[in-house]
Amino acid sequence: MHASYTKYLRMNRIPHMWCPGCGIGIIVKAMIRAFEAVDWSSDDLSLISGIGCTSRAPGYLDMHTLHTTHGRALSFATGVKFARPDKHVVVISGDGDATAIGGNHLIHACRRNIDITLIIVNNYIYGMTGGQYSPTTPVGAKAATTPWGNVDIPFNVTELAKGAGATYVARGHIASGVQLERLIRGGLNHNGFAVIEVLSNCHTQFGRRNRLADPIDLIDSISKSTVNIRQAAKMNKEELDGKNVVGLLHRDEDRMEYCEAYEQIIERAQNAQKNRGRR
Amino acid sequence: MKNKNKNEREVVFWPGNIVVAEAAIAAGCRFFAGYPITPSSEIAHALSKRLPEVGGKFIQMEDEIAAMGALIGASLTGLKVFTATSGPGFSLKQENIGYASIIEAPCVIVNVMRGGPSTGLPTALGQSDVMQARWGTHGDRPVIALTPSYLDEVYSETIRAFNLAEMLRMPVFVLIDEVLGHLSERLEIPDPSEYELIDRPRPTVPPEEYIPYDSSQGDVPPMADYFTGYRWHTTGLNHDKTGFPTTDPKICQEEEERMERKVSSNLDKIISYDEFMTEDAEIGVVAFGSTARAAMVAVSDARDKGIKAGLLRPITLWPFPEEPARELGKKVKGIVVAEANLGQMIYEVERVAGCNGPVIGSNKVGGVPIYPGEILEKIEELV
Repeated sequence: MHASYTKYLRMNRIPHMWCPGCGIGIIVKAMIRAFEAVDWSSDDLSLISGIGCTSRAPGYLDMHTLHTTHGRALSFATGVKFARPDKHVVVISGDGDATAIGGNHLIHACRRNIDITLIIVNNYIYGMTGGQYSPTTPVGAKAATTPWGNVDIPFNVTELAKGAGATYVARGHIASGVQLERLIRGGLNHNGFAVIEVLSNCHTQFGRRNRLADPIDLIDSISKSTVNIRQAAKMNKEELDGKNVVGLLHRDEDRMEYCEAYEQIIERAQNAQKNRGRR
Repeated sequence: MKNKNKNEREVVFWPGNIVVAEAAIAAGCRFFAGYPITPSSEIAHALSKRLPEVGGKFIQMEDEIAAMGALIGASLTGLKVFTATSGPGFSLKQENIGYASIIEAPCVIVNVMRGGPSTGLPTALGQSDVMQARWGTHGDRPVIALTPSYLDEVYSETIRAFNLAEMLRMPVFVLIDEVLGHLSERLEIPDPSEYELIDRPRPTVPPEEYIPYDSSQGDVPPMADYFTGYRWHTTGLNHDKTGFPTTDPKICQEEEERMERKVSSNLDKIISYDEFMTEDAEIGVVAFGSTARAAMVAVSDARDKGIKAGLLRPITLWPFPEEPARELGKKVKGIVVAEANLGQMIYEVERVAGCNGPVIGSNKVGGVPIYPGEILEKIEELV
């Protein structure tokens, strides 16, 4: 095992509760390598989640970990970061947690541009509660609550984040851990709200119902659905249909970060008070 | 308008909502997260201006649920935190109030109660969140709800709410209502030397020896601020002393009972009430908040008519002041419970007072206060 993993993991909490072959482990490893690459100390780092399989990740990491209520991770994270802007806050969340019950918090965190990194593990399904369809389940796919196929139009998570004002938006997938680490690292380094969507597998709940029960088959199908952003630039609309563009999709370095903007408010309020005192 | 009286206390004429905001700052609150809702909004207005002046943080979140989440996040970093809301917002906050209870995060929630269920009467008085305060979130957890009646009491009880939240590591409610929130009254602001401010217990052991829910020294475990070297896990799942999830029935039972004990073994520090002419009372009246002001007039008027009435006014509504209610029940022929709802606190009075005579309600839900004459009529009914 690479030294960095033991440095950031709570080894006494291992083994984890995820199914054999689950992609979340690959994502947690990429995240840990990114923490090490940016040299963040566990003492300065808070990892926050909501409810679901992905949201169990903080329990395994040795830092300030906060496993909150369903969908609300970003609101707790906003409180931690706004109270301590000098520290680092990362949120890890599933597709149901982040885009359904937590959808309102997602768009507003994007709009606010608070310096939090959000990793959304998109496995197209509610895993923990038993395989119900989520806002990212493809049309036609089977789920515990779409036995005749899904008719809901899924979100494009990265377009949603970009449209809502996130200033760093990337998409990676579990078949490319090196790229994923790089994309997460970019998010950690970014001064503003960063969203990294990670396409992942839930063969237990999604694959089993959609003729992809073998994790390798499901991971392979995810991998084949992706196209790198540089390649995508050379492709036309028809060629890109049904493809997931991966890489750094959007970055805006010009917008002011929320906590920095509020520091100016404090300064303005305190100066006004001093001036009143002089009169 | 500010003046100083002879004792150098600042004398002000403020509406109740401003009193709440200023008391929160005096209590050391440096973080507010909220969402606009009538009739509490003036609290947010005041704090959006005042908190940055004292180096604190104010944030208006995207909804009531998010406000409660942000509050708990900020509390974990060690700040004294506070939000204000009203009935519908209080309902939305309930899940995260339960979360604050189980992770034992100190926080203060002021509910400026309004009328009606659902959207109800947004700009008018109600006292209909008595039971929501007690049982609003799912599961069992201890509850403290303070119900001041006068604006000087709104000031002191708001400070006390922060002290109890910190001392016992739990959410504490202050229930006022539209009338108290919006009426203005002369009050003297106590000098900081006149009251005590309490901070949450913090660990004295080094990080490597820290057990987050260690109750070996008492039912309130020391709480480490985030980013101070104490790395711990918080979860809304039932957990053991280490903070990690457990489904062990014995541990779950012990931990839930310990949380209840934080309140049940500190009743002397939590329960506050006032009595008016109860010594020789033959008819009891129980009322809280702004309704208690009318009840006091009703009791005086009854005395003028030769009826020996007496008022018990819970300043702590939860846990309910059982002992004085029992004492009152023993000596009176009947009790009138006056409240601006269709009868909520009356269940508690019936349960604990053990009164041989009838316990009847004086109730009103149309958004207007209960008038003294209406309570007096009920008192006369019992004679």
